Amino acid sequence: MTTYFTKDHEWISVDGPMGTVGITDYAQEQLGDITFVELPGEGDSVSKGDSVSVVDSVKAASDVYTPVSGEVREANGALADEPELVNTKPESDGWLFKVLLSDASELEGLMDEPAYKAYVDSL
Amino acid sequence: MSDTEAEIETIENLPLDEWHRAHGARMVPFAGYSMPIQYEGILAEHTWTRENAGLFDVSHMGQLSVSGEGVAEALEALMPGDFSALKTGRMRYSMLLDEDGGILDDLMVTNAGDHYALVVNGAVKWDDIGHLREHLPDEITLTHHDEQALLALQGPKAADALGRLVPLTNDLSFMQGTFAMWGDVPLYITRSGYTGEDGFEISVPADKVAMLADALVAMDEVKPIGLGARDSLRLEAGLPLYGHDITEQTDPVSADLTFAISKKRREQGGFPAAGKILETLAKGPSSKRVGMTIEGRMAAREGAPIFAGDARIGTVTSGGFAPTVGGPIAMGYVEAGHALSGTKLQIEVRGKMLDATVTDMPFVPHRYHRKKKA
Repeated sequence: MTTYFTKDHEWISVDGPMGTVGITDYAQEQLGDITFVELPGEGDSVSKGDSVSVVDSVKAASDVYTPVSGEVREANGALADEPELVNTKPESDGWLFKVLLSDASELEGLMDEPAYKAYVDSL
Repeated sequence: MSDTEAEIETIENLPLDEWHRAHGARMVPFAGYSMPIQYEGILAEHTWTRENAGLFDVSHMGQLSVSGEGVAEALEALMPGDFSALKTGRMRYSMLLDEDGGILDDLMVTNAGDHYALVVNGAVKWDDIGHLREHLPDEITLTHHDEQALLALQGPKAADALGRLVPLTNDLSFMQGTFAMWGDVPLYITRSGYTGEDGFEISVPADKVAMLADALVAMDEVKPIGLGARDSLRLEAGLPLYGHDITEQTDPVSADLTFAISKKRREQGGFPAAGKILETLAKGPSSKRVGMTIEGRMAAREGAPIFAGDARIGTVTSGGFAPTVGGPIAMGYVEAGHALSGTKLQIEVRGKMLDATVTDMPFVPHRYHRKKKA
């Protein structure tokens, strides 16, 4: 399982053809207290860069862009009752959705963890 | 919550800038200043203020004094308050109005004895000063006290905390003010604020504000609170935010601020656009500022359109998740026929229609310290 990162502060953890997507710890820290997460529908067909989810914090609503194209297979139902999981466990239990990749080559343009860390340090 | 500023405008630092950073604040540009949006987190800070005491730096606001022969009448020519009858040490909420009755700013006016003290919004303070200079008679002196910082201490334990430093503040009731000394530091303290809680605003020389802030947060019940929680607290308190809920395009009647048009002024007029405003007051406004509670968890924010069935009947002017209410709330303007408490409406957010209900404000009851009737 390999995890990649985007400049928009999403992460995608890829296991075979399936990717799990969330926002990074840096992103949740910037957004502040999260009060609601709007998730994509299961079965939705999404294209890389589409806004597919919205994370609502006390401050503002922020788009989440899918880092890859494919079909949404599962949305994290636990967030309906506990949106704060995105704050407390952004890179594990606070995942947003699972997507069946249609083009694995899209991962090549993403950052690995050291590259993302260097990117965040540069901000 | 960001105010639009020209890009060339420089962002200035407040007297407490270093203090905020040392206390872990995240700083953002607001009203031309770098200001703390949050320290530990908006929800925690909001709840802390409702249960304990929160310290807010509101030094970006304009602190003005106005004095001279006939000053009360001069202020009455620009605002709908009854300042001639305002006793020393009493304060009123009022509005600067333009010639069409539009709201140039909302502000606090205190009779401080030898002058009236005005506290105006930071984002428009320079416009206010220009307006006042242009319209006040020559014999009236206007002074901008940019050598003063302003702190707000808000919450049910604010009186205990401040009373330890300045016992005199225990004698103040809501909307009263007094000069006081803290050691050798001169303060002007009013029992007022913008959170719906009991609390104080404290004008202090800028070079002493860090010392006062230190003395306050040294107490167990006091924590520094950022702009984020200030916004959610004032929204729950039903208090309008200038530039959002009230603007030059809104008037005191549609903004539901008629309590600030005092009885004598209703009878006598003499404030800007008095004829038009009093006629609107008699006939009722075509649209009105209302509060709304929203079903579910999704928040509606400024600009979201409001519908009654298929008909667009209004617009949200501010909104968000309300921590004490435990759900999303909003303020906005709706056509008069839809303004009654209990009216069911829909608010469109990102293509979804959210069910909303017009709700009496405040959303969270005010807990001001008023003197009991003798």
